[in-house]
Amino acid sequence: MLLIPCPWCGPRDEAEFHYGGQAHVPYPQDPASLSDQEWARYLFFRDNTKGPFAERWTHSAGCRRWFNAVRDTSTNEILTVYRTGEERPAPVEPRPALSARPALEDEAVQAEAGSGGAAPSGVEGAEPLQDGKGRGGGGETNPFRHPTRGRIDRDTPLTFTFDGTEYRGYRGDTLASALLANGVVQAGTSIKLGRPRGIFSAGVEEPNAVVQIEEPFPEPMLPATTVELYDGLVATSLPGQGRLATAPDAARYDAVHTHCDLLIVGAGPAGLAAAAAAANSGARVILADDQPEPGGSLLGTAEHLDWVREVTEQLDAAPEVRVLPRTTVFGYYDDNHLLAVERRTNHLGTDAPENVSRERVHRIRARRVVLATGAHERSLAFPDNDRPGVMLASSARTHVNRHGALPGRHAVVFTTNDSAYAAALDLTAAGLAVTAIVDTRPEPGEWAERARAAGIEVLPGHAVTGTEGEDRLTAVTVAPYGESAGQRQFAADLLLVSGGWNPVAHLFSQSGGKLRHDETLGSFVPDTTRQAVEVAGSASGALDPATVLAQGAAAGARAVAAEGYRPETPRLPQVPAQPRQTPPMHVYVVPGGTDDAPRFVDLQRDVTVDDLARATGAGLRSVEHTKRYTTAGTANDQGKTSGVLASGVVAELLGVDISELGTTTFRPPYTPVSFAALAGRDRGALSDPVRTTAIHEWHVAHGALFENVGQWKRPWYYPQDGEDMEAAVLRECAATRESVGFMDASTLGKIDVQGPDAGVFLDRLYTNMMSTLKVGMIRYGVMCRPDGMVFDDGTVIRVAQDRFLATTTTGNAAAVLDWMEEWLQTEWPELEVHCTSVTEQWATVALVGPKSREVLGSLAPQLAVANDDFPFMAWRETTVAGIEARVCRISFSGELAYEINVSPWQGLALWEAVYEAGAPYGITPYGTETMHVLRAEKGYPIIGQDTDGTVTPQDLGMSWVVSKKKPDFIGKRSYSRADTVRPDRKHLVGLLPEDPGTFLPEGTHLIADGVLPAPPVPMLGHVTSSYRSAALGRTFALALIKGGRDRIGELLYAPVGDQLVPVTVTGPVLYDPEGARRDG
Amino acid sequence: MAETAPNAPLRSPLSHVADRLAAATRASGGAIRLAELPFLAQIDLRLDAKGPAAEAVGLALDLQLPLQPNTAVRAGESTALWLGPDEWLLVGPPGTERDLESRIREAAGDEPVSVTDVSAQRTTLLVTGPHARDLLAHGCSLDLHPRVFGPGRCAQTTLGRTQVVLAAREEPRAGFWVLVRSSFAGYLADWLLDAATEYV
Repeated sequence: MLLIPCPWCGPRDEAEFHYGGQAHVPYPQDPASLSDQEWARYLFFRDNTKGPFAERWTHSAGCRRWFNAVRDTSTNEILTVYRTGEERPAPVEPRPALSARPALEDEAVQAEAGSGGAAPSGVEGAEPLQDGKGRGGGGETNPFRHPTRGRIDRDTPLTFTFDGTEYRGYRGDTLASALLANGVVQAGTSIKLGRPRGIFSAGVEEPNAVVQIEEPFPEPMLPATTVELYDGLVATSLPGQGRLATAPDAARYDAVHTHCDLLIVGAGPAGLAAAAAAANSGARVILADDQPEPGGSLLGTAEHLDWVREVTEQLDAAPEVRVLPRTTVFGYYDDNHLLAVERRTNHLGTDAPENVSRERVHRIRARRVVLATGAHERSLAFPDNDRPGVMLASSARTHVNRHGALPGRHAVVFTTNDSAYAAALDLTAAGLAVTAIVDTRPEPGEWAERARAAGIEVLPGHAVTGTEGEDRLTAVTVAPYGESAGQRQFAADLLLVSGGWNPVAHLFSQSGGKLRHDETLGSFVPDTTRQAVEVAGSASGALDPATVLAQGAAAGARAVAAEGYRPETPRLPQVPAQPRQTPPMHVYVVPGGTDDAPRFVDLQRDVTVDDLARATGAGLRSVEHTKRYTTAGTANDQGKTSGVLASGVVAELLGVDISELGTTTFRPPYTPVSFAALAGRDRGALSDPVRTTAIHEWHVAHGALFENVGQWKRPWYYPQDGEDMEAAVLRECAATRESVGFMDASTLGKIDVQGPDAGVFLDRLYTNMMSTLKVGMIRYGVMCRPDGMVFDDGTVIRVAQDRFLATTTTGNAAAVLDWMEEWLQTEWPELEVHCTSVTEQWATVALVGPKSREVLGSLAPQLAVANDDFPFMAWRETTVAGIEARVCRISFSGELAYEINVSPWQGLALWEAVYEAGAPYGITPYGTETMHVLRAEKGYPIIGQDTDGTVTPQDLGMSWVVSKKKPDFIGKRSYSRADTVRPDRKHLVGLLPEDPGTFLPEGTHLIADGVLPAPPVPMLGHVTSSYRSAALGRTFALALIKGGRDRIGELLYAPVGDQLVPVTVTGPVLYDPEGARRDG
Repeated sequence: MAETAPNAPLRSPLSHVADRLAAATRASGGAIRLAELPFLAQIDLRLDAKGPAAEAVGLALDLQLPLQPNTAVRAGESTALWLGPDEWLLVGPPGTERDLESRIREAAGDEPVSVTDVSAQRTTLLVTGPHARDLLAHGCSLDLHPRVFGPGRCAQTTLGRTQVVLAAREEPRAGFWVLVRSSFAGYLADWLLDAATEYV
């Protein structure tokens, strides 16, 4: 959502504005002097520039002013705005693309913090497990539960069901961790190959354990690693594909607009440090995180949790800081507009309160953004890398430390980098037996020494070349890197994999930011961006804890300082000195092993290295193309663990460097968002506004069926005693033509046009002359576009010398007012005239039929209603039923008729009075359908039904409404264009089917011959309106027919179904052509 | 028109939802107050802000027309809301629209002004209470933080899916006026009641 700066109102959402095309294209001074070609150039040709483009906008939902903007059409950036009439300002430079991670000195200082060579803190205090049975807190029901570790609430046991088996877990578990604690690792089968798949991760990146929630809310395709456990949860595993609920979702969903100076995405170490720096500055800060509690990766490593608590308390106490837990920022749009979904009651299961929305979409407009979204661990493509028990190394650590859930007992670690060592050591301390660390690097360095000191065998320069096991991993085969000889096999139920780290650059990329390949990291990191955003921590590629914290604090401080607030230097935790880093090895396809075992790249889509090889073999050279060819990265995990891996594999296959190949495009949403959440409360009765008149309740009470006209609910017809529509409309028509009917005409648009130049203004807008209208009189008028095509019609009444009231069609009221303002503000600012919508200022009752004079006379004793006293197209002010009223003698039916206008506060009273006074004459309420029939019998067109933007007044047979006297008006020049004087233009004519009972559906085509020729069939025109007429005792239609007025009397044919219906062309006025009924 | 027609009591656009608004107000325990302020006099005034009419009208109404966009000025029982650089909405007590109109026309004399009675064009919803901002933020994209949209601010914008004139009342506790086209008032009331579910 762009933020467009209205020159008057300031920045507002794009949705408040309407686009008005190229600016500085003035209406020609003297259109009559232009050639057809010159006029056509004005009408139809506009520039189509790439880059800065001056265009007109109107703040239609705000101050209604037109203004000009220079927008860069390639980036959508609004470079400048200026008021109508002002000169276009000098060129404005677009926002520069700045580094997402400014390298400033103040960050380096703290990166050196810490001292000593202590082991990772997670090791401390851990009780090694005695054996493979498990023990302690979980008791016998949770054999794989660690006795002490985890942030679960052991006092709150929960019961849940997975695939029909009941299990126990604890509050604080995810569905995945609870399954692991119960010894369940397999959580589904794969979509194409049906291979068993296990829990692979501990977060949103999960490709395998995607489950169907059955109760209490049916919901498909949720990663078990993100489902917070609640009592009574029932879930089933999926064969890679879910199913939608068949019952409506009774939960509430809503949205909220949220504004802040600084939005921090991610409450891990970098995000918390950023928030701590900004918290007490007075800036409005939002910290959004997808987990139930802050901490991010620290929850998984169990490090610095005291500091996490300290910062959390500080944030809770800061008045302008909001922490949004369970909130995923999923989309990053223009002008720092971000969408987030907050899962508010999902985790409460059946305890969720009914009046609280289950999910809430936050529409966040942030002055500044710090993305601290962390990194996802990358997988490796080795043979049979998909067995249940293969898991990302850091995820296993997370399951142990956050949930006390042990993913296995005997682990082998397979890594290309240092990070898996910390996980291995921590898991060892937690009691898992880590048999071996298989490192592709020939010299793993200090971390390897530490692992050996802990009694773990390290195999440098080795790789995993195969795995065994069906429902669960049983053994891992290892060989020297790139070789098949020298294999060893390890018994293991867990294989921990780390192929390196991918910064979570999704949101940054969505913001329009560019990524670059980082050689050290072997992945893609944020580079430059044009939005006010910084990336901090491992999302920027920094992996060492001290740098992550320092970057976060600096980014938070810079952001609030840029908004004029004074940041604090937050206390950051002491980070123990880390072993010296050994650079990672960039491995994608692991060499060695048997060729027939699949090496999976995208687990969720079952895409293997061989599949990608087929794609490159077919000649595809881009990851966007291999993605579409193989579907790699298109599943609902959107390739979070597989995307860069796929790029690496394709690069290897093509023999190019991965940095040249890049990644596929990141698009919102970051994680799947339910349609219900996106719809919010805009569904059911609130999906679109319903506009009603002051008399609406009466229509409802009297059984009206309603027609939608724009957003209005208009009575369509009032069926009585089981009548169908046809019977009801025939009855309403007959009653009105024979005696008197009345309808609610309040929905017609009404515009007050005031000022000394009002007459001049209307002369320019309408095709006919309005300035000569006398006060007290009414004139019908037609408005056209500059191309001469009919745009709207209605009546204009002259209220005073300098004041008119123009009516518009119901659906066009806003468009006509915008049209008037556009011309006034952009072309004729010298005219002293103002236009104000007064549509709802009046309630209007149309009183129609030969007895209408009697009814009006009885209600308005002071009004002289005789024809001479109150002639056609005059209006009078009087009281009707004691209510102040303006009565207009106009007719849309050919009958004697009045429109009585009163305050809507008394509209219902007037309506009821008319109903009562008309009772002796059998007064009949009628709806839009009867109105349409009555007007069609008289050949009156309805704009938008009988016209479609290609019809001139002359085409409608209304040359009389086009002034010959006025020097110019909108549309005039077009009436002398060659195209508008063609004799074969489509004219509005009447059609009478030969058989008076045959009904032509609207839209029916018309042809000349009684035999359907071979296609293409020459088409003469089509039916625009079609009805059964009570007055004519037959069916009839209006149609636009080529050269129609020259065909009157001809027989044409209308293909209806497999019939060719013969019809006779007539003039459009079929009822009372002499107009005898108008005066009663 | 309000003064005449003794035999036809006035009905406001939201008279049929008054009970529901009152019930929600009661149920919220003070968190939210929703009510229609029916029949307020409303005059749409157009004149050249730099011309002599602006001052004359200001004097006649004892009310300085606000020139700063999106602000409102209140004097006595009348309020002038900025709608555009040459457009204001004057709001006064019920029944005063004719008096307002004639005073303006008289003050303007021969200067060109446009004065249009729009009292029934919109009705006014009062939204107050500690959660008033939270409630409006469900459907209004403007930043309603007191620092940004404090007392005396007004704006034409959208709320839910309809256009409104939103005004922050001068006293901080007085909440907001939401002026909405009468035909949309039923929709907006339903929308507000639905959005208030969480606070009641």
